Amino acid sequence: MKELPMLRPNKSRPRWHIAVFLAPALLLYSIVMVFPLLDTLRLSLFSSDGANFVGVSNYQRLFTDSQWWPYFWRALKNTVLFFLLHMLLQNPLGLLLAALLDSKNLRGRSIYRTLLFSPTMLSFVIVGFIWQLILSPTWGIAPAISDFLGIRYRPWLGLESTSLPTVALISIWQFVGIPMLFFMTALLAVPQDILEAARVDGASAWQLFWRVKFPLILPTVGIVSILTFIGNFNAFDLVYTAKGALAGPNFSTDLLGTFFYRTFYGFQLQLGDYAMGTTVAMVIFLIILFGSLLYLLVWQRKVVSYEL
Amino acid sequence: MTQPKTAPNALRPSRWLTPLLVHVILGSYTLLAIAPVILVVMNSFKGSQAIFQKPYLPPIGELFDPVGYATVFKQTAILHYLGNSLLVTLGSIGLILLLGAMTAFGLTEYRFRGRGFLSLYALIGLMIPIRLATVSILKLMVALNLQDTIWSLILVYSAQGLPMAIFVLSQYMRQVPSDLKDAARLDGASEYQVFWLVVPLMRPALATLAIFVMLPIWNDLWFPLVLAPGEASRTLTLGAQQFLGQFQTDWSALLAMLTLAIAPVLVLYLIFSRQLIRGLTAGTVKG
Amino acid sequence: MVRKWPWKLACASLLTTVLAACGGGSATEAPDTNANRLTITIESWRSDDQKVWTEQIIPLFEKSNPNIHVEFRPTAPTEYNAALNSKLEAGTAGDLITCRPFDVSLGLYTAGHLTALNDLPGVPHFSDVAKSAWQTDDGKTLFCLPMASVIHGFIYNKTIFNELGLTEPKTVAEFFAVLDKIKQDGRYTPLVMGTAEQWEAATMGFQNIGPNYWLGENGRKALIDGSAKLTDAAYVSTFKDLERWGDYLPEGFQAVKYADAQMLFASGRGAIYPAGSWDIAYFNQNAKFELGAFKAPVVNANDQCFISDHTDIGIGINAKTTHMAEARTFLEWMTGPEFASEFSNALPGFFSLSDYPITLKNPLAQTFVDWRKQCQSTIRNSYQILSRGEPNLENELWRTSVGVIDGTFAPEAAAQDLQKGLDNWYKKP
Repeated sequence: MKELPMLRPNKSRPRWHIAVFLAPALLLYSIVMVFPLLDTLRLSLFSSDGANFVGVSNYQRLFTDSQWWPYFWRALKNTVLFFLLHMLLQNPLGLLLAALLDSKNLRGRSIYRTLLFSPTMLSFVIVGFIWQLILSPTWGIAPAISDFLGIRYRPWLGLESTSLPTVALISIWQFVGIPMLFFMTALLAVPQDILEAARVDGASAWQLFWRVKFPLILPTVGIVSILTFIGNFNAFDLVYTAKGALAGPNFSTDLLGTFFYRTFYGFQLQLGDYAMGTTVAMVIFLIILFGSLLYLLVWQRKVVSYEL
Repeated sequence: MTQPKTAPNALRPSRWLTPLLVHVILGSYTLLAIAPVILVVMNSFKGSQAIFQKPYLPPIGELFDPVGYATVFKQTAILHYLGNSLLVTLGSIGLILLLGAMTAFGLTEYRFRGRGFLSLYALIGLMIPIRLATVSILKLMVALNLQDTIWSLILVYSAQGLPMAIFVLSQYMRQVPSDLKDAARLDGASEYQVFWLVVPLMRPALATLAIFVMLPIWNDLWFPLVLAPGEASRTLTLGAQQFLGQFQTDWSALLAMLTLAIAPVLVLYLIFSRQLIRGLTAGTVKG
Repeated sequence: MVRKWPWKLACASLLTTVLAACGGGSATEAPDTNANRLTITIESWRSDDQKVWTEQIIPLFEKSNPNIHVEFRPTAPTEYNAALNSKLEAGTAGDLITCRPFDVSLGLYTAGHLTALNDLPGVPHFSDVAKSAWQTDDGKTLFCLPMASVIHGFIYNKTIFNELGLTEPKTVAEFFAVLDKIKQDGRYTPLVMGTAEQWEAATMGFQNIGPNYWLGENGRKALIDGSAKLTDAAYVSTFKDLERWGDYLPEGFQAVKYADAQMLFASGRGAIYPAGSWDIAYFNQNAKFELGAFKAPVVNANDQCFISDHTDIGIGINAKTTHMAEARTFLEWMTGPEFASEFSNALPGFFSLSDYPITLKNPLAQTFVDWRKQCQSTIRNSYQILSRGEPNLENELWRTSVGVIDGTFAPEAAAQDLQKGLDNWYKKP
């Protein structure tokens, strides 16, 4: 991280403006978000009926009990896979689309930009509904398309082996607009004179992208990656809409988000357990915190942020 | 190497092949992106049976049945819900952008004790699903006498969006040239004036962020359901839920209402992305 | 230049909608003529019934109680428990609470969210079985009024049965023989059900056909007192039947959702539909052919039959309501014959639980309810007490029933899994 030279005309004067800049947001955020969260998270240190302080025994239970750990572990593994699929497919695809949208003299740029973003605007209810309809063995067009492409149709969303990747692909379809948007913004901000200079030097479009543009948008790659990480470790809605809170079949689509929801709020005949629910939430939080710190300490220190 | 060879270049395949290839890739992915969306819109003009049995035919002739829209307009105060959704979304975005930009500016522009801690503190909200704190938030809103008002939603969404805003805007704030700010300060500008000098330069980032935070707010079901379920403060997404039943779902009405719900976000997207491009072209001039 | 106008247009249209919305806001408020009128609200997960409540049931009540206005406020069923809990805890929930059966509502009562209803006049009109779903374990306190039960069975397409010369099967062997005949014919899906949502497999599969194997209440109670195990022959046999279902279900049933199955059967492409009585309403509206129904098959022709007649919906009073008297007035009315008849007829397939004799106008609903005369009723065996620990028996039944149907688990293995889960926490009293 490049340190900006600070200009402080009068060092001794109290700098009230800093407080003015920070206070409104921090107050709102602390009162409406942080305080309620802490107020809830403390429940993880109490027994399930909230009556007794039990220290870390809920955490012990989560990590050692045969009724908790295997389920948590499976949800964690599924979440990692879900996240990796987004990292490996959604973000490169978003980058590709943004790079293509950035090509010189492209006709219909704004139409592409709007249409490509349209899935991202849909609510989960619609996304879940329409993809289940498309992939449906009964009404879907997927069987016909598979025949045409020579792939054997299977009810992908319903099979233990394929349901998680299928849900991930639907999620990627829905959210590819986000990395696309971020990359687009970054690419548009690359100064024209640098590009012109490179073009004059005879760089091909390919070289121009990888040698000039990509290093300049590297900070955005970082932002997108960390947002993907945080977003997917909290992912919940699509699985919940498409596969229900039990995340079937046989828990094959269970993510940390759905696992937390089931534990915290309960399900059908399963009573919600605030103590274990907040314990799960706390562990998810620590995982995300660890990942984010890694990003802040390693990536942000290494990657140079250019002033444009 | 740099001598102009215009005539032969124009005939070289790469001159027309590359744009063609670009259009082919963009075009085919665009198709994949919008085909399901079109399907949704198409099916919102059909009866429930036809949605399932003939999902891929356009709603013409016998298949055309605007019963879903009729139900929506008859059974729900959709315009009222729409107004609520817009007020909530725009209000939250406004607060998030303003307060987020101020905080990001404060955190990146000045060095002071506790800066690192505050940066991290601001990030924490990104990492815990706020849904967890529902009961506490609801109690807070009851205490403030704000339950069943759109203000409760605006406050929650703003608080929820701020960590994201602070994080993203801080990243972009670092890219604003310091000479510019220093020059202003030498001219005697106050810190607030410097801030308002920087904000227009951030327009692309602000617009990107606006789009990014808008979508979950617009489509959220949970907080409207818990904090503001009353008729007067009901949002569009919550209003649509009444068609989702335990054993019987009115798909026509649900699709109709959710299709109608896409239009305003689309308009907002167009407005923000317009700002995005504008800000960038303005920014690069000085670049 | 060309780019400019869509942007302006967009702004203009957005502004118009905001203005229109703000202006038209109060148009939906009902004119209130009675100054003393109080409003009480009902929390419910039955969005399906919004129309019936607001247009039929509530007006009927308000006719005799002009000073009370009742508002039916449903939440999407998947969000109901979570949203209700949050609202109860923060004190913003409605006055009347629709109750899920057994532990979920018991939990609300123990947490102090529901009031005891023992002294409500009219309660004697409900049988002990009906009340069992909303009582404390010692049976002393009633905290929700039983509202309705649902009965399981099979609905079939009479046109297809006539065409193929089939008759209603009575035994398990006949049941599979009928399915085989439909399959051989090849034009229709023999058994219309999916497993995508998991609950269908457990509820319309396992709990539907199982009571004939575990002998209804006897078997259910034996599980609770520990004299029977889920590895017993009764449960393995139930699973063995379910395992065979896989051959007759629609292609790709693993991804067929509940709504798909309803639609598929209503379209006339399937012959038999494993049903809950609540399905009657849907098929009445949407099926263009004559419907019939038969109960779950028994093993031998003259065996005593058992049906799953499950206490499904109750209604209680929010302990923190500020309109206790009005809420009680409403519940009292709900114990009476007027409500029983209106409710059961407006929502065919949901059967009122009070003891007033009702005539059902819907013949199919009448068929279902008539089974009560020949067979013994029982409730779903995972609901009382047995789903209190981890792993949750009901959740496990969903998972294993799906697994048995799609071939992931062998029947014996599934039964062992269930028993192992139960052994993990359940200590017999």
